[in-house]
Parts: sequence; structure tokens; C-alpha cells
Amino acid sequence: MMSEKHTASDTLVSFRGVQKSYDGASLIVKNLDLDIRKGEFLTMLGPSGSGKTTCLMMLAGFETPTHGEIRLGDKLLNHVPPHKRNIGMVFQNYALFPHMTVAENLAYPLTIRKMGKSEITDRVKKALGMVKLDALANRYPGQMSGGQQQRVALARALVFEPQLVLMDEPLGALDKQLREHMQLEIKHIHENLGITVVYVTHDQGEALTMSDRVAVFKDGIIQQIDAANVLYEKPVNSFVANFIGENNTLHGEVVALHDQHCTVRLGNGDTVQAAAVCVGQAGEATSMSIRPERVRLSRHAEACENRLQARLAEFIYFGDHVRLRLDVAGQSGFMVKVPAGELDSSWKVGDKLDIGWMARDIRALDASVYTH
Amino acid sequence: MLEVMPTMSQTLTVNAPLTAADGELLTVKLAREHRNKQLKAVALVAPLAIFLLLTFLVPIFMLLGRSVDNPEVVTHLPATSQLIASWDRRALPSEEVFQAMARDLTAAKEAKTVPEVAKRLNMDISGFRSLIQKTARKMPLELAAGETMRDRFIQMDERWGDPDHWHVIAKNAKSWTPYYLYSSLDLRETKAGTPELAPEEERAFISIFGRTLWISFWVTVFCLLLGYPLAYWLANLPARKSNLLMILVLLPFWTSVLVRVASWIVLLQREGLINSALMNLGIIGEPLQLAFNRVGVYIAMVHILLPFVILPAYSVMKSIPPTYMRAAISLGDHPFAAFWKIYFPQTVAGVAAGALLVFIMCIGYYITPALLGSPEEQMVSYYVAFYTNVTINWGMAAALGSLLLIATMTLYGLYSKLVGANKLSLG
Repeated sequence: MMSEKHTASDTLVSFRGVQKSYDGASLIVKNLDLDIRKGEFLTMLGPSGSGKTTCLMMLAGFETPTHGEIRLGDKLLNHVPPHKRNIGMVFQNYALFPHMTVAENLAYPLTIRKMGKSEITDRVKKALGMVKLDALANRYPGQMSGGQQQRVALARALVFEPQLVLMDEPLGALDKQLREHMQLEIKHIHENLGITVVYVTHDQGEALTMSDRVAVFKDGIIQQIDAANVLYEKPVNSFVANFIGENNTLHGEVVALHDQHCTVRLGNGDTVQAAAVCVGQAGEATSMSIRPERVRLSRHAEACENRLQARLAEFIYFGDHVRLRLDVAGQSGFMVKVPAGELDSSWKVGDKLDIGWMARDIRALDASVYTH
Repeated sequence: MLEVMPTMSQTLTVNAPLTAADGELLTVKLAREHRNKQLKAVALVAPLAIFLLLTFLVPIFMLLGRSVDNPEVVTHLPATSQLIASWDRRALPSEEVFQAMARDLTAAKEAKTVPEVAKRLNMDISGFRSLIQKTARKMPLELAAGETMRDRFIQMDERWGDPDHWHVIAKNAKSWTPYYLYSSLDLRETKAGTPELAPEEERAFISIFGRTLWISFWVTVFCLLLGYPLAYWLANLPARKSNLLMILVLLPFWTSVLVRVASWIVLLQREGLINSALMNLGIIGEPLQLAFNRVGVYIAMVHILLPFVILPAYSVMKSIPPTYMRAAISLGDHPFAAFWKIYFPQTVAGVAAGALLVFIMCIGYYITPALLGSPEEQMVSYYVAFYTNVTINWGMAAALGSLLLIATMTLYGLYSKLVGANKLSLG
């Protein structure tokens, strides 16, 4: 599953054969192998209960693996207590100490490390400057907005200069606009400091925006770990295809399989050429995935390897673009995005439309029942 | 609407007072609305407020008044009280005072109020009761020619020639007295009217107050030592287990105090369960003295008051998310240090509230020491009950009660200054 090659010296954290069970009956993390590179922004993405937070907690030391090894650098972490790991952590509810001022909160990890008074003052000032909160050093957390508290939490996790920072859904409690702003800010801080960040979220948009690589979790297994664009363009299975971004699914049966390509028969008898990614053999069911923007309409579809007839079911207006909901090969809910300027005004609901796409753009994956 | 719009924007720009659509001032309208809301709120609270006033505040203040109330001499010896005010307090009072005394005692004899005066005066000088009653029996007096009332009184009993007895009458010729409050603090009034410490053999209440505070202090400390870890445990258990354990904490809480004290007697007495079990196990050769002493009082009081520490502490601890501790640990602090620096300070308010509650309840404890303690463990409330029920001395009972109330209020004031009353959380 590790798609890119890298040398061992690049690796900061490695999980080897890690398993975790809470009840002894089921595994919440199943046999995890994962290398996190130095300086990388890695996001663990997945629905709740997929094991991503458990992985983070094992790395932080608040959970112990039932089996397997976790290493930081060349040090085995399994039996290092959390307070000796020197890993910064940002929590979803900020976890700022309410009885201390912002400056005291930031000084806390420095005092523990027995730094001199002037050095502590300098570092606190620098950290506050980094998150642009210089003026609020003497406020208590209760007197600040959620966004400000989140910045303080971020500064506190960075102030003692750990080589690794963990973030557990740190933006989950913020409203959408602030969240998007903070995403960029965290990304810039990461770029400037060159630290390694492991970020947990269930928000795929957040994962795509911020990360160097994203590990998609489901049922305690990493389904795919890749850069954001690879995840989006080349999902390896139906779960990833549906979890990341918008996706159209066409169900069918493999009739012929040759090397990288396959032919799939749809429910109404039409056949489609697709890239064979995760299919077994001829005769098996498959779900094919194609992104809405890869579908071409009417005359644009003429040059395509796959051409089908669709019925226009609905227009959905989005301002800059319009989405058309189509019925394709007896399956409803097929979405196509059309830029507002390219919309043909003669189209109306109930019309028959020619649609088409290139064979490389549609990926035959495992048969699924997932809907987005 | 179209006509209104420009005028509204004009008023906004000129900054003139805003008016509602009917021309009335907006501020006036708002104030009326606000007043109506307040009236409604007051009307809703009024029944409870009146109930509390009549059944709680008024009786308390009436009883507090009793601690300085001194009606006997003024009411029943009115003429004497009036005249003795101008006495120089050195030699014997003048002839008029003696004559007034004779008149007052005659009237009191007819009204059958002599015993009340006698009892009151007897509190200051023992033997005064018999003197008054003896003198009153002889009323009215027929004076021989040339004989003064003063001579006649002294002839009847030479104690009437002792200025000390007249001092007592003069002292009590006011409708209020610090006597009961002074007595509750082992003080007495000198002839000059200033307080001084009573002779050592007459002192009692200072040590009783001291004992009350001492026992309360230790009960509070034990409750904290036992209750804090238990509350922490309850707050960090999974909900199902903690609910079950919470019931175990609350179950004795719902049982009558009397029942619990009685069962402690069964357990702790010489032939009780604990002693016989320890003897049978061969751990001790002789039964331990567990009941009817300080140990028994501590055990029972701590048991009874423990929930008052656990409940507020639990509710505060429940509201502290576990991420605080995790954050502190991830920042590099040892879990014990993190607990002390991060977790504990956040629980102080709740724990302080619980401790204050326990201490205040302890100060007023009566039934447990009465049943499980020796005379050495009796606290102030015992004497309040003693003066109310046995000697019917409401003045002393009220004075002791007032001092208890003052002690409680002072403690509360101290606490709210230290912890901040608004932070004091009873859960």
C-alpha cells in the first residue's frame, strides 16, 4: 500500500504490525503498518470508529498497543510513558488549563523542562507571535473565542519544539469559515517550522487541503495512503472513491478482463470499458467509479471511448456551476457538473442526453453498496 | 411604510431620541416592558418568599433577640427600675428607691410575678431568689413612725444593706442585657459595665466552643481524605458502574440519622460486632473502647457527613474533561504533578463547598455526640438543647445559638473571600 519509495532514515515514526483491542473480542486497529516521514503532514482520515483516533492515542502514549511496535526515530515507544515522549498534542476541545492565563499555559511545558525565566519569556513571546496573539498573553482561556483558544492550544503544543505534533480533530468545534482559515494557518505553520504533523479528522475536505499524505481508515485498516490528488484521481477501492470527494457509481458485471482493462456490462445490457483496479475475474460484480467532472456531455462525448444515453432528471443550481442529475443505464443519482456558461438552455427535464467518458477515467472497483 | 423610512433615517442621523410608531418614547416603552416582566417574576417568587420570611427568618430573628432580651426587672419592678437609674452606685440607694421597691414588690405579689423576677436576679447572685421571695411575702409593709423603709428592709434581711445586690438590680433595670452573650463566652460584666473573664472555675463555654470547632475540623479533614479519592474514582468510572456505586453512597444518605447512629452503637460497643470479630480473630485480647468516646463520634459523624463532600466534589470532577490531564501529560508533566497542578486546582471550588457544608453541619451537630459520645464530646448544640428543654433558660439558649450562627457566617465569609463565593459550587 506504500505507493512511494523512501529510505529508512527519512522515517520518523513507524508502526509495525500494530493491533489494538479493547474488549478482547474485536480489533479496533488491525495489523497496522505505517511509516511517517520526517517533516511530513500526514492526515488520518476515516469515519468514526475506524481506528484513526486510537492510532493517534497509541502514538501519544495514552493507549498501549495490544500487539506490535511503534518507533519514534530509532527508539521503541511501546514502554515509554506519555510524559517522556516529547510529542506535542492539540485536542479537539483545546484543553487549555482554565485557571492559568495564556502565557502561563504556554510556559507550562517550558517550566517542566526547567528552562530559565528569560528563555521561557522569550519562547512564550515567540510562540504567541507565531499564532498572532501577542496582545492576549494575560487573558484567561474563558475570556477568548474558540478560534483564539485553538491558536493558543496550537502554540502550546509547539512552544517546546517537539519533533512531532499530533492533532486530534483540532478544528471540529469551529464554524466553517474559521475552520477554513485555520486550516491554511496550520498548514503555513507546518511549512515554516518543518515539523512533522499527524492530523486526525473525519472531514475529507480538510484532509485534502492540508496534507502531504492522507491515510484513509476503515474498520481498523488503512484502505489507502497517498497524496491528496492520487487519492482523488486513483482511489483503489469503492470505499475510498466514495469517501473522498464526489463520486458517481455504476454497478455492473465484469464480462472480460485483460491486464489493465476490463469490459463491464451494465444492468440494461450496455457495456463499458474501464480501468481494472480492484476486480476479481470475469463474471463477478463490480462498482465503477467516475468523478462528475470527468463526464462529458452531448457533442463533447463524441470522441469518448464510452458513450451512453442518459435521461435528464433534475437541474441543481450552484451559482458558478449547475449539476445535472441523470438516470444512466437504469441507475439514478448520476451527477454531472456543468459550468454555468456551458449550459445549453434548450435542455429540460426528461430530455435524452448523450454522455461519455474516457476508459481511463472510470475505475472498476470492488462491488459496493456505499453511497456518498 | 415608504413615508416612514426617510423620517427614521433622519432621526437616526440627527441622534434625537427614538420614538415608537405611536409616538411614544422608545425608552419609556422599554422600561415599562421591563417593569412588567419584573413584576411577573416577583409575583411568582412571592409565595415562597413570604413562607420563608414567616417560618424561617422571623423566628430566627425573634430567637436572636432573646439572647439580649431582659424584660423581667423592667416589667415587674417598674418604679424601682426608673429610680435606680440615677443611683450613684457607691453607697446604698436612696430611701425613695427602697419605697419604690416595696411598692413594686407589693404589686408583683398581687400579680404573682415575683418568681420571674426572683429567677432572673438569682442568675447573677445565687440566693437572690430566696431574698426576693422572702421580702415579697412580707409585703405590704407597715412602717412605724420615724422608721425608714431602708432600715426596715435591712432589718428584714441584712443582704438589702449590701450594695452588690442593688448593683444587680440596677444592672438588670434595662430592657436588654449582654449577660447571656457574656456568659456564653465565659465573660461577666464588671460593676463599671465592661466585660472581664470569669474566674477559672466558672468557665465552661470557651472550651465547649473550642471542642465543637476541633471535632468539626477533624470530621471535615477525615471526610475530605476519604471523600476526595472516592469522588475521583466515581467520576472516572464508566457510567453504569459509577451509578451503582453512587446509589451505595446515597443509600445511607436517605436513612434517618438516628437509625444510623443506633446501628453504629450496635457495631462499636464493647460487645459489638467489631470488637467480637477482632477478638475471635485473635487480633486483640481485650475489647477496644470504640463507642461513647471521641473515636465513636468521629466514626459516626464522618460516615453521616461523607456524602456532603462526595456529591459536590463528584459533580465538579465530572465536569472536568479527561483531556486536561492528557494535555498536561503530553506537555511532559509527570501524571502526579499534572494531577496536582492541573486537576486539583479545578476541583478546589467544589471540594471547598463540600468541606464548608460539612463543617457548618458539624458545628451544629447534636444527636450523634449525644448518643455516641461521653460528656467530654458534647458540643454547643447539646447545651442549646439543655437550656431550652431542661432549665428553660431561653436567654442562654438563644445566646449560644447566636454565637453558633455568627461563627458559621464568619466561616462562610472567610471561605468566600478565599475561594470566591461565585466559584463556590454546590453542584
